[in-house]
Amino acid sequence: MEEQMEQVVSMPKLGEKAPEFEAPTTHGTLKMSDFKGSWVVLFSHPADFTPVCTTEFMGFAQLEPEFRKRGVELIGLSVDSITSHIAWARNIEEKAGVKITFPIIADLNKEVSAKFGMVHPGQSKTETVRCTFIIDPDQVIRLILYYPLTTGRNMDEILRCIDALQTADKNKVATPANWRPGDMVIVPPPKTQEAAEERLKEGFECVDWYFCKRKL
Amino acid sequence: MPCVSADGKPTESGRKIIAALKAGNTSAEDISTGSGMPLYRVRSGLREMVEAGLVAENDGSHTLTEQGLAAV
Repeated sequence: MEEQMEQVVSMPKLGEKAPEFEAPTTHGTLKMSDFKGSWVVLFSHPADFTPVCTTEFMGFAQLEPEFRKRGVELIGLSVDSITSHIAWARNIEEKAGVKITFPIIADLNKEVSAKFGMVHPGQSKTETVRCTFIIDPDQVIRLILYYPLTTGRNMDEILRCIDALQTADKNKVATPANWRPGDMVIVPPPKTQEAAEERLKEGFECVDWYFCKRKL
Repeated sequence: MPCVSADGKPTESGRKIIAALKAGNTSAEDISTGSGMPLYRVRSGLREMVEAGLVAENDGSHTLTEQGLAAV
């Protein structure tokens, strides 16, 4: 009987430290630890000089001032070479007038993509899928998004996620579905019966004792 | 943006770091503030400049070497 070998993709989980790496990039050799103290959006794309990836890079580059305002550094990654990355970035600037100023990892040996589980053989055995890792200043992975090759990401959603994470950290609250900055936030549910009885007297906007919102 | 060119001389980014060091900044954080460069680039640039012998590092504090001073 023929034994079938199934390739297992190792994927880091939320709350884990981002794996350390040292990799060649368009900004020189960079380590994950070089970004300590900043929020990071590490994102992979399947290949340079492809249309969906080009729209994504333009989207990230155009929103870079917004990311920077929030203390976020962007890092791109694909299994293409430095030369390819440089040529592609120059092409985007020449054809679309959009300058790519963030570093792009040239992960030719797939060392970084393996650590972050970015190659999904069911999608492609050779290319990275569209992964997005949001990593906090302590280098902890706080949010992961995976998109297939055919579907470009929504940069506004990534920015919204950063706003939600930073708001939750700063104010010890949670954010409801479709939350946007300025919307009410969710007060963490009470953990004791006594706190549950008190909750409705605390001046929050409550649907019930476990579901209360407040303004920031 | 590597900070040291193939001939061992500081690039524009390298010269910014050297200027920040000459202004009295020694930590990567202060050099980042002093040079206006992102912290990650300062950290990688300092690493590169230490390897090239332009900068000396001691417990997170950085100083220009004689070679570094001569390079500007």
